[in-house]
Amino acid sequence: MTRTTKIAASAAFLLTLLVGVPVLINLTGRTDFYYTLTSVALLSIISAGVWITFYIGRINIGQGAYALMGGYVSAILVTGYGVSFWLTLPLAGLFCAAASVLIGLPILRLRGVYFAMISLVLTEVARLLALALPITNGAKGIVSIPLPGEISLFGLTIIPDFSTLANPRLAFYIVAVLLMALCFAGLYRLSRSRIGQLCQSLQQNEELASSIGVNIAYLRVIAYAMSSFLGGVGGAMFAAISQSIYPSSFTVADSVNFMLNCFLGGLSYVFGPMLGTFVLYFGWDLLFETGRFQLLIFSSVLIALMLVLPNGLLSLSLPKRKGNGVPARKKGVEA
Amino acid sequence: MEQVIANGLYLGAQYALIALGLTLIFALMNVLNFAHGQLYVLGGFVTYTIYGQLGLPFPVALVCSGLTLAVVGAAIEKYLFRTVIRRSVREESTMLLAAAIAFFLDSVILLLFGEKQRGVPKIIDGVFISDAVILPYDRILVGVLAVLMIAAFVLFMQYSKPGRAMRALAQDRIAAQLMGVNVNRYSMIGFALGAMLAGVVGGLLVTITGVNSGIGGPISIKAFLMVMIGGAGVVGGAIAGGFILGMMESVGLTVLREFGDVTYLVIFALLMVFLSIRPNGLMGKPWG
Repeated sequence: MTRTTKIAASAAFLLTLLVGVPVLINLTGRTDFYYTLTSVALLSIISAGVWITFYIGRINIGQGAYALMGGYVSAILVTGYGVSFWLTLPLAGLFCAAASVLIGLPILRLRGVYFAMISLVLTEVARLLALALPITNGAKGIVSIPLPGEISLFGLTIIPDFSTLANPRLAFYIVAVLLMALCFAGLYRLSRSRIGQLCQSLQQNEELASSIGVNIAYLRVIAYAMSSFLGGVGGAMFAAISQSIYPSSFTVADSVNFMLNCFLGGLSYVFGPMLGTFVLYFGWDLLFETGRFQLLIFSSVLIALMLVLPNGLLSLSLPKRKGNGVPARKKGVEA
Repeated sequence: MEQVIANGLYLGAQYALIALGLTLIFALMNVLNFAHGQLYVLGGFVTYTIYGQLGLPFPVALVCSGLTLAVVGAAIEKYLFRTVIRRSVREESTMLLAAAIAFFLDSVILLLFGEKQRGVPKIIDGVFISDAVILPYDRILVGVLAVLMIAAFVLFMQYSKPGRAMRALAQDRIAAQLMGVNVNRYSMIGFALGAMLAGVVGGLLVTITGVNSGIGGPISIKAFLMVMIGGAGVVGGAIAGGFILGMMESVGLTVLREFGDVTYLVIFALLMVFLSIRPNGLMGKPWG
């Protein structure tokens, strides 16, 4: 694809999401899809954070911790101090990024399974902290958070007050889609930048990278901070939509899901997390009809997908990409 | 204080057995088995069905738990993990598979056994009472059984032929293959053995704490903790990790009682500090 077609394709995709989907929802009257799609957009932002840590070769099952942290930071600032939600959104991200630098400095020295396990534990720590700290209001959580207020510049309303809107769901949907677009545009840019190349060298061999002068300690902390920033922003947005946050809002299961989203989409593709989140979330929702067999069917499909496409869904559509020759050749051997 | 130590030792023996299975699977296949807690729950339910429902003797039920889980483990390795490891580009893909298996087992257990907390009659009645320690006899029996099994496992790994082969495999897969070790076969045996250990502990503990379909995840997390403390892939580390965690839990629950439910928070915080000083745990290989 040339540069122009790429830009055109992304613009068309964004236009479909921003205009086409609301029109379609209005026509069919299924307004509940707004919430579903908003969730997919936000979860894919959080999963994109996990993808960044995969990019430096770390398995991150701790993203739920930062999502929870972001949600609480935003909720506390809005309810306790009356800060505008739109200001708390980047603040929540920055708070998480700062916290992740402190946490990351020691734990990023771990690799492989060790990092995976400690990050899993981190999610549990966040939940227990939220239960134990006085400011987070324990198990009762923080509820009835006001909807985001308006932003005006020189008397001109840029974003209207959400509580005055006829359809706040649509507004949240649009905000989420825009955030997602921003996030993945950044991710795409990152993966093609110098720092992205360096991150890939980390993924392949840290010792080698460091021996040719890559500052690995610095790079991995930066990557981890970016990852947590996305987690925090996503979590804050979630708290605003549900107008509440509890210690159990993001648990170990969510952290594992964020990781699964990345795996399912394909780790070597920037848009993997987006596709993976969409498929997992919608697949789960579609199976709701099957009642108590929901989890059974869902997990069986996951296992089957893993057996057929262990390198992610996107490895199917882009056969020219590097890395796909390997399984094809191995399949030949097996037959 | 003696009471606390006795409780800790008893808990530690159970935990060590769970961690041994997890670390064995990790050492052989480089797979982090997310489904380990679910295997434990499955073992508990098998014992519950055979001992609690059908009324057969407890040892029979325990053996059945072990055998069922060994078969399940072997099947999981042969048909799922082996295929995925062969086909995927990145090793980490096995984690998605492991998580999916955990979900799958969770749902199967829920469908087969329901969501209720299940218990079985006590194996032996009575309580051992001395000046310092009060322990029910069944706890003592379960603890002793667990210690015996740990000893048997260590001896098996140390002196039997399959044990030696598995240790060779854990050290260096390619070198072991070059020396004529049947890698596929021993991976399967190892996975089966790990799953069996989980099932046996499940069967042992169902007599004391009971079992319900939701505890798989938390058990997995505890197993991860122990493996991290001791160092992944090392038998001695898993045993040490199990006893340390059991002791910390027992002491923590007593000492930190007035601060509320913060024992695990403290344990996690200590673990973070510990791992930043010793990233490989107590005895782990300098690999990760």
